[in-house]
Amino acid sequence: MKNRIDNQKWYVDNFNLFKSSNKNVFSTLSNKAIEKFKTLEFPTKKDEEWKYININPLLKNNFLPSSLSANSSVNLETIEEYTLDNLDVYRFVFVNGIFNSELSTGLDFGKDIIAGSLSNLLNKNDTRLEKLFDIKNKLQKDNNIFNLLNTAFLHDGFLLYLPKGTIIDKPFHVINISTGNNKLLNQPHNLIHLESNSKAEIIFEYVSEKATEHFTNIVTEISVDENANLNVYKIQNESPNAFHIENSNILQKNSSVVKHFSLSFGALITRNNINAELDGENVENNLYGLYLGNKNQQIDNHTFIEHIKPNSNSNELYKGILDDDAKGIFSGKILVQKEAQKTNAFQSNKSVLLSNKAISDSKPQLEIYADDVKCSHGATVGKLDQEALFYIRSRGVPLELARSMLIRAFIDDVVKEISIEQLREKINHTIFQHLKRVEF
Amino acid sequence: MNEETREDIKLVEDVTQTDYKWGFVSDIEADEFPKGLNEDIIRKISKIKNEPEWMTEWRLKAYKHWLTMEEPDWAKVNYEKVDYQDLIYFSAPKKKPELESLDEVDPELLKTFEKLGIPLEEQKKLAGVAVDAVFDSVSVATTFRETLAEKGIIFCPISEAIINHPDLVKKYLGSVVPQTDNFFAALNSAVFSDGSFVYIPKGVRCPMELSTYFRINAENTGQFERTLIIADEGSYVSYLEGCTAPMRDENQLHAAVVELIVLDDAEIKYSTVQNWYPGDKEGKGGIYNFVTKRGICKGKNSKISWTQVETGSAVTWKYPGCILLGDNSVGEFYSVAVTNNFQQADTGTKMVHIGKNTKSTIISKGISAGKSNNSYRGLVKVNKNAENARNFSQCDSMLMGNKCGAHTFPYLEIENNSATVEHEATTSKVGEDQIFYLNQRGISTEDAVNMIVNGFCKEVFNELPMEFAIEAQKLLAISLEGSVG
Repeated sequence: MKNRIDNQKWYVDNFNLFKSSNKNVFSTLSNKAIEKFKTLEFPTKKDEEWKYININPLLKNNFLPSSLSANSSVNLETIEEYTLDNLDVYRFVFVNGIFNSELSTGLDFGKDIIAGSLSNLLNKNDTRLEKLFDIKNKLQKDNNIFNLLNTAFLHDGFLLYLPKGTIIDKPFHVINISTGNNKLLNQPHNLIHLESNSKAEIIFEYVSEKATEHFTNIVTEISVDENANLNVYKIQNESPNAFHIENSNILQKNSSVVKHFSLSFGALITRNNINAELDGENVENNLYGLYLGNKNQQIDNHTFIEHIKPNSNSNELYKGILDDDAKGIFSGKILVQKEAQKTNAFQSNKSVLLSNKAISDSKPQLEIYADDVKCSHGATVGKLDQEALFYIRSRGVPLELARSMLIRAFIDDVVKEISIEQLREKINHTIFQHLKRVEF
Repeated sequence: MNEETREDIKLVEDVTQTDYKWGFVSDIEADEFPKGLNEDIIRKISKIKNEPEWMTEWRLKAYKHWLTMEEPDWAKVNYEKVDYQDLIYFSAPKKKPELESLDEVDPELLKTFEKLGIPLEEQKKLAGVAVDAVFDSVSVATTFRETLAEKGIIFCPISEAIINHPDLVKKYLGSVVPQTDNFFAALNSAVFSDGSFVYIPKGVRCPMELSTYFRINAENTGQFERTLIIADEGSYVSYLEGCTAPMRDENQLHAAVVELIVLDDAEIKYSTVQNWYPGDKEGKGGIYNFVTKRGICKGKNSKISWTQVETGSAVTWKYPGCILLGDNSVGEFYSVAVTNNFQQADTGTKMVHIGKNTKSTIISKGISAGKSNNSYRGLVKVNKNAENARNFSQCDSMLMGNKCGAHTFPYLEIENNSATVEHEATTSKVGEDQIFYLNQRGISTEDAVNMIVNGFCKEVFNELPMEFAIEAQKLLAISLEGSVG
């Protein structure tokens, strides 16, 4: 209890340091956020939404907001380790949550498109920001303490604005790398707005240079207008001692299509919140997730999909593989409002426990107020199919390889949905590397 | 005309009756306490029942703990909070006949049972059901006790068991639902008036279905039933519980506790049809039904099966659960919950797997109509040492109209990798093509809906004993009446 209060006080004290250096258009927003932050408390296991995850290890540490620490950089070679073979991308590199233009490539998009660092635009006092960031209405219903912590120290993040009809030819590859020995708090605030009929593909990659203890607390806001199409791949492979929290909000308008992948490998404690608001007709929303846990990792995925208007589809598939003492948590909720007739909403969570000490907690929920809907959810937990294993082994395949084949088959439902071939290969590779198993 | 169509016509006839069918008040004088709850009231209840000292202490311990607790509010229901100091905690019919034959029973009482459709006489002869009728709070009629006694079966009001079988009661009362378990269980432990006690000795298969009809009668009386059923090694019993309550405007509280204990190779089948007053079409009145039901499969190869048909009550809050402690034990939960008008139901089950090779099955069917809300909330927990646990859950919801809500909140907590746990849920409405098909054959829309809904619930009705299944079907039709079009 004392830890929590001290921890909260630590961030408030640091905010006073931050405030004096922060003179941009968002200082009012930051002030508002810290005031609200003070009135709230860090969640405990008694909070229904946090009942399965133990975040005490996170709250025991006082992390220094990276914008208050000395600027740090990494070698170009380090960054190039993360590039995908033969895949042409626009690369944006953030070191400890702060944009690094030297490590980034392909930054010129002409004046209508905005792509790059939020901080750059903040400093230019670009008037379009006001429109992108709905400052007035922001934070009104926001009661998520981590969200507020991020907004209070609002400083940098990946910003993408596509005007009507813009189609981007190559994916954006946004690499967030944490480095340095200090216990740093890195807080990217990503903002993505696709106007009607535009299209983009973004790979967010969160990694650590060394096995350091740091806390990455992200807010990602996505807004997709009519007929726009967005693919987001989020890969989290941070240091095994890191703490990782992301709050994503997705707002979709008529006939828009969003595919969101949340692929979690690293960090000691991971918490992903995704809120999707389907405020339009004929919207298509796909949420895919993979979570691989070993040792004493805790991975907690929370999703919330709200169907507001009729004729929309949502489809959700989260798969987890848990080894050693790892704990995997899934909590998904689909809310269908009264007006949202003819909704199709499907949700599925499957997990495999590879060790007898691994734990899986699952809470798939439906809350439905419209009668003409097709909604279903399913959840399964089990170990690898022993009969299938026997079948493969009886054909002369060694046990470990046979297991890997089954793991590969299990995750393929999610991996095959990734439309970038190089990324599919990378993910497959990362899975076996993370689980320390024979690659198949 | 074959048997089936005749049954259908009967069903249609029943549907045409509009108001709550079981709404009447029988005037039997009741022995009443002043309103409110304090230690004196509890001592008084205990004294009136001639309870031994240990029981009084047991109640007081529960009461003291209750005072430290707060009424929970996590369920998806809204209701006007109960003022616990404005309730009367004990009421018993003034005439308390010691039963030898039915002639001694108050004729007024017999009439009530007749209206309920359970004439004791008939049931005795035809149905072969022993009825322990609980009228308000004190059991006044127990039949077939002799037949049961021959087999060594104890079936009596729990107040009698406390006096005559203190060892059994001491050993098992509160062993599954402790006094401190939750707010309503603590309240019940402090003030419970009466209920049933069943003990089935080793190796005995109970020759008949045991049944208790509960009935809330006196005004402003909260009902606090306490049921304790023990199935000793290798025994079997099927227990039925059915409820109706008279129409009344004020909300009435019902906070019962049911405890089941099953030893090696034994089985308990517990069936409930609940049709308490749901309130009128404007959502006024109705019963609050906050029940704690839990069974423990203590022994190897033991089994508990819960079947419930919930059509009544303004607010239902009920999660019959199984603790699967013994190896190879089995837990089952079959449920149909129907809500109409302004009813709210938050119901489901808890399956806790502790022993090895334990199995559980959950089949839940929720139907919401009118402006009601119907939620399934369930937990499947597989503990670390529960090797080879198996669970299958299916929760289907059906919506009628767009002013109601259907919700599913399952919790799956798995700590053992040899477990196989599956959960499925769907939400849909009555198919237009299905109604059209039946309309085409000259069946009115209302009847068509009834048929479809009955089909939807068949899986659960099949688990009910015959007589109950028929009653359940009728109840379903009555509950949903006026919800179409």
